[in-house]
Parts: sequence; C-alpha cells; structure tokens
Amino acid sequence: MNRVWPLLLLALPCYSQMTQAPTLPVTDTSIRPFHVQIPQAQIDDLRRRLAATRWPDKETVPDASQGAQLARMQELARYWGSAYDWRKVEKRLNSYPQFITNIDGVDIHFIHVRSLNQNALPMIITHGWPGSVIEQLKIIGPLTDPTAHGGSAADAFDVVIPSLPGYGFSGHPSGPGWDPTRIARAWGELMKRLGYARYVAQGGDWGSPVSSEMARQKVPGLLGIHINLPAATPPEVTAAFASGAPLPEGLSDKERAAIDGLRGTAKMGSLAYFTMMSARPQAVGYGITDSPAGLAGWILVHPGFANWTYGADPQAALSRDDVLDDITLYWLTNTATSSARLYWDNGPKGATSPTAWKTSEISLPVAVTVFQEDLYRPPETWVRRAYPSLTYFHEVQKGGHFAAWEQPQLFSEELRAAFKPLRGQQ
Amino acid sequence: MTQTATVQQTDIRPFRVSFSAEEVADLRRRVKATKWPERETVNDASQGVQFATTQKLARYWSTDYDWSKCEAKLKALPHFMTEIDGLDIHFIHVKSKHPNALPIIVTHGWPGSVIEQLKIIGPLTDPTAYGGSASDAFDIVIPSLPGYGFTAKTSKPGWDVPRISRAWITLMKRLGYTRFVAQGGDWGNAVSEVMGLIAPPELLAISTNMPATVPPEISKAMAAGGPPPANLTPDELNAWKQLDFFYKKGLGYANEMALRPQTLYALADSPVGLAAWILDHDSQSYDLIVRVFDGVSEGLTRDDILDNITFYWLTNTAVSSARLYWEAAQTPSRGGFFDVRGVKIPVSVTVFPNEIYAAPQTWATRAYTNLIYFKKHEKGTHFAAWEQPAWLTADLRESFRWFR
Repeated sequence: MNRVWPLLLLALPCYSQMTQAPTLPVTDTSIRPFHVQIPQAQIDDLRRRLAATRWPDKETVPDASQGAQLARMQELARYWGSAYDWRKVEKRLNSYPQFITNIDGVDIHFIHVRSLNQNALPMIITHGWPGSVIEQLKIIGPLTDPTAHGGSAADAFDVVIPSLPGYGFSGHPSGPGWDPTRIARAWGELMKRLGYARYVAQGGDWGSPVSSEMARQKVPGLLGIHINLPAATPPEVTAAFASGAPLPEGLSDKERAAIDGLRGTAKMGSLAYFTMMSARPQAVGYGITDSPAGLAGWILVHPGFANWTYGADPQAALSRDDVLDDITLYWLTNTATSSARLYWDNGPKGATSPTAWKTSEISLPVAVTVFQEDLYRPPETWVRRAYPSLTYFHEVQKGGHFAAWEQPQLFSEELRAAFKPLRGQQ
Repeated sequence: MTQTATVQQTDIRPFRVSFSAEEVADLRRRVKATKWPERETVNDASQGVQFATTQKLARYWSTDYDWSKCEAKLKALPHFMTEIDGLDIHFIHVKSKHPNALPIIVTHGWPGSVIEQLKIIGPLTDPTAYGGSASDAFDIVIPSLPGYGFTAKTSKPGWDVPRISRAWITLMKRLGYTRFVAQGGDWGNAVSEVMGLIAPPELLAISTNMPATVPPEISKAMAAGGPPPANLTPDELNAWKQLDFFYKKGLGYANEMALRPQTLYALADSPVGLAAWILDHDSQSYDLIVRVFDGVSEGLTRDDILDNITFYWLTNTAVSSARLYWEAAQTPSRGGFFDVRGVKIPVSVTVFPNEIYAAPQTWATRAYTNLIYFKKHEKGTHFAAWEQPAWLTADLRESFRWFR
C-alpha cells in the first residue's frame, strides 16, 4: 500500500451523502472515497421540527428517575435548534479520509487514517448504540500521531473506524441477519481489502461483541483484541437474576459492586430500551424517526448518559456539542430505526454473557480495560474466568461507557499499553 | 379557601367536551409531514408495527378520517368532573331511565380510554332498546384514569392502582350509590380487583375481561425460563405459550413505560410515532388492526382505532398515561400484572381467546375463591367492550342478575 494517499485523495471527486457514486453491483469490491455533505434543506427541516416540538407535561419526580427531564430537554432542544452548528462536526469528519466499500451486500462507511510511522499497528475500532464514529474522532490523533500526544513513535496505530450496518453513513441492510457474528466477518473482509495482514481490533458496547466474535472466528490477520465492555457476568449470577434466587455465596466486594452495577443499569432503563429494540425496533422506530426531541429523549435514556450534565458543567467529559453531534448524525442519516434493528438481529444474546458470546473459545490475546465511571464494572475474577486468553486487565478511575469519547487521552494510553506485547508479531 | 371560592371540593361539575380546531388541523399537518424510517427487513410483524399498515393508517388519518364525528359522539354524553384526593377526575355518567338499575363503574386501561366503552353505554343503560329487558338496566360511570383523557395529569408521584381504586370508591359514594359493581380489563382489571381487595360494603362484585389468574408456581417457572410444567391442561398450555411470547417479545413497551416514561418525548411530538406505539400493545389486537386497515370487517373499524389514538394525541396524554406503569413499578412486591391478587368478593370472568393470555377456567377458579361466572368467547382480543360490546354486555347482564 502506498503512503501518498493524502495527495491521491485530493485528486478524487468528493461525493455528497445524497449523490453517492452510482449503485454498483454487490460483487464490486472497490473502495470509494466518501465526503459528508448534508443538504441545507435537511438541517433547516431539523430546526423547524425542533421549533415545532410538542412537549409532554413535566415528570412527577425531582430527578431523572422517570427519564430525561423536561426542562433539560427543552433547553437542549432550544440550543439544538438555534446555536448548534452541525457544519462544525461535518468539517471535522471531512478532515479525515473516509471511504465506502460494499461488503456482503451492504455499503460500509469507514474512516481510515494511516500513521506516518512505518511500523504503525493497524487497528479496527467499532462503536456501539447510541454511538457512532463521532465517538472515536478524539482518539484518531493520539493513536495515529502519538509523538504529538505524549507517546512515542513506537505507539503508533493506523486506525480504521467503520460505521456499523444501519448506522451513520453505512448502508441499511434490507434483510435480517446482520448480527455481530456477521459484522465480525465483514470487518475481517474490510481489513483484508485494505491490505492489512496483521492487525488488532477494539470495541465497547456493540463493538465489544463484534471484536470478540472476530477473535473467536480467528479472522485472518487478527492478532488480538481490546474491549471495554467484556461479556463477563458468570452464568450463575445471570441465572440468579432471572429467577430471583439468592446470589452465590462467597462473593468479593468487587463482585458485589459489579452486581449492584448490573441491578442499577437494569433499573435505570437499559432493560427498557433493550427489550423494546430487541423485540420491536419497528414499533419504537416511527416516533424517534419523526421527532428529533423524541430521538434525543430515547438516546439519552442510555445509562451511559446517566451522569451527563447536558453541558451545564463545562469540566464534565462530554460537551453539549459532543452529544448533539452524535444525535444529529442519527437524525440526518435517518438511522434511528435501522440502528435499533441490530438489537433485533442480535436476538436474546445478553451483552455481558460469556455463554452467549462463547468467550471461552477465544484463544487470541484479549485485553480489557474497565472504566470506573461505566455502570458495568466486572471485576478481574469474572473477566479472567470468561476470557481464558486474557493478557491485559486494567481498571482506570476516569471514563465511563463512552470512554474513547470522554477520556480520549487515557483511552489511547490504554490501547498503547494493551497492544504493546503484540507489536513484535507484526 | 378564598372568599370567592364557592365551589366545594366535593362538588360534581358538568364538563363540556371541546377541542381546538387548530390542534386538529395541526395534527393533520404533522401526519402529512411525517419523516419515515424504511420498511422492516422481514415479511411479518416480528420486528414490530409494519411499515405498510402504518402508512395506510397515516394516509387515512391525514385525509378522510373525520375527528368531528367522534367529538360529536363524546359531546352527546353527560360528562362530569370532580376533585378526588387532589386531582380532577373526569367521568361519563349515564343513568338508566329504568328504576332499580344497577350502578356499574367501568375502567379502561392502556392504550385505551373512555372511547373504548362508548359502545356499551346504550346496551347497558337502555337494555330494552338493545335486546334486553328493563331488569337488565345499569347506571354507568366511566372515569378517565389519572393522566388519561380529560382527567388531570398528576404532578407528583403516588397515583398508583390502590390510590385510583380508593378514588373510584369515593366517586361512586359521592354519586350516592350504596350498592354497585365494577368492571374492567387491562389497568381497569387491576383497579377493579384492588377495589375488590379493599372490599367496601357497597361493592357487590366485579367483572373482568383480563383476569389476573396466573398461579405463583407458573409465574416462577416462567421467570426462570424453564419449559412448561408437564401437567398442564390444553387451555393452561395455551395460556403458558401466550404468556411466554408476551414476556419474551411483547413486554418492551411496558418495561419502557415502567422504567423511563419521560423518555417518550417522541410520542408527544409525532402522531405516527404515537400510533405505532399504541398499535404495538399486543400482537393479537395488532393483527386485528392490520386486517382492519387491509379492509377486513372486524369488531373495530379504522375510525374506532383512530378515534382512540386521536384522543390520546389531542389530550397530549402519551407520557402522562405511561406514568401509570412507572407508579406500579415502584412497589414490585405487589407482583406481576397477571399474578393472583387474592380477591375474595364475587368475581365474574369474561375471556376472549386472543387476549394477551386467555385465562383458563382452572386458573380462574383457583384465583377467585368466589367465582360467580366464567365465560370464554370464541372470538375477540384485548379490547372487549370496544371490539365485542354485545358479548360483554350479555355477560354483564347475566353475571350480575343476582345482585339486583
């Protein structure tokens, strides 16, 4: 692969989202440059809809225990519909080389940034729901250009950041079957198509089962994975939850804390959105496709946003613009329903169940970072039991569910440390 | 109380139904401007409310559908408002011309409303005009649940089922009724059953079309995810399968509303979003609604379905109504929606085969120590009074005959 892509890219035409290259036969394996350019009419329509939002009455409690609070949502919608500027994030997206290639019948969008360092380790990074490639933008610099971000040249990565099928600028599958197992195969094909013979994979949220499936399938060229949502809840704990039976005896404090975390997320609404999107994506889909405020309310129910301050605390990790960039991406790409379908395609496999994801079959190196502000914080005992080939386990104090987005520097340092032992194998 | 306050808190005030033409026009505009997702990726209803049906509904809603017909029907009835326990409660109250009519309070559920009950008002209050005899007459009281329809929205937590049940008893006493019965399905069943548990001397019996009869060992076995017990009768096995489907595939909306009702901003802002959420209630009434929009003649018409959805829209009660699930979830110790509550007063059970689950007589007999009537009909879904008003009317006449 040549290293002069930036020059080549400038010479290539830019396709807007609405006027992509003509539809090509599914056997086409070409990699087409992609440029985000949302028509102004779509942005105007979003603003009009926000201004015309019909609101429900106020929650009956003084906290967020019934969902995103009315006053905060109204303030967010006011900002979203007036001062918020989508073009800023569009410009940021377009500052990175983006491509589309058809894999297994679906157009896959991805950001692809090569390091200037010749020995960079290639890495494919997968987002989840309600995330997108926007979650990963802040780690591109530290990973590809480590010397400018407190690292050494030996820490460099090439990064490939795809949009999941049905998410962002990827195509929407028109048939069922696009579960993490199939996505994992597609990602293997993508990395092969990019000419990478040795690489690693990373993911949180849905990115975790996708990465874990890549490892279980021993996708050719994959050296190892790093995940920040390990499927590590022991089967006896899951069973006790389901039946209401007493929890196993002899749990450590950390194990108890992890169980409290699981209980907490279930109560906070993960059960709510999870069961709805797993069973009935098309039922919830209409409202969140038609109402931007509704989409925001639905996305903000994710427990990963439980401590988000709606931008009120400027020191807090995610700014108002960060979160609105992500929500606006869902809106403008009309992916509220198609993204929810991943839960349906996944079926009953629990995100944190090692049995569901057959983690014991993984023999490639697995690295795990547990971010202490995430709601699910499995202890090392559980993670070791679930992943026999665990080579790295680290708990860090800062960072939550959207770790790459919230703590990009720390997240990048974790990836540097986790994958250092694999670099010799390149 | 100020000097000018002449209204007693226990007063029953006439209530005038009125809707703004601008809001009706705005609804139509919004339906026409709907931004749609793509169609589902399967050829059945397994991903939820199908695109084709939702589009048919939206097309009819934004063109030929005429809300004013429903509005006129509502306006033709006597409506009242009275404050109970700090909340303005709306109710329809129709007295029979026949002496000795039996008073009945009929409670709707979610996603229902008083619109579900309109078809039984005539047959129950004026039986001689509907194939019955004067001795079959009822006085009927049809309240809107807190947060539903014209009843006020709650501004503080606490309006759970027991509080509603107590309010309904107050309401009936305030109307001067010293002997009455109660009827309901869905939340209306929960409210009626809890009235039965409170068992005031004035409450003679209850009737339910969605009885809570699931035996504890069945609930437990199902929660553990096991296979059905080996000794079930065919009716029990059928109920098991229906419940198993509901818990695995159909409970999403209830979980959502129980945990995070305020998340559902989309339902207040998008009429089609609201319609789809309402159609998703249960798979069997959904199948019926699909047939209705395909032109098949059923117990419900397109207008029936849209009257109810439009009523939710115009009263902006999608989120406030969802809060009842949240309230119920605050006391999980009370058990599940279909778990036996232990009602001791007389109970009459009407079963429709395509309810969320068709309660077997064996379970009903165990659940209600004083089961006075059990009837399973050959056809019908969740919305008994709305879809099969004649059968429900016949059951009510028959089962309460002894209390007159």
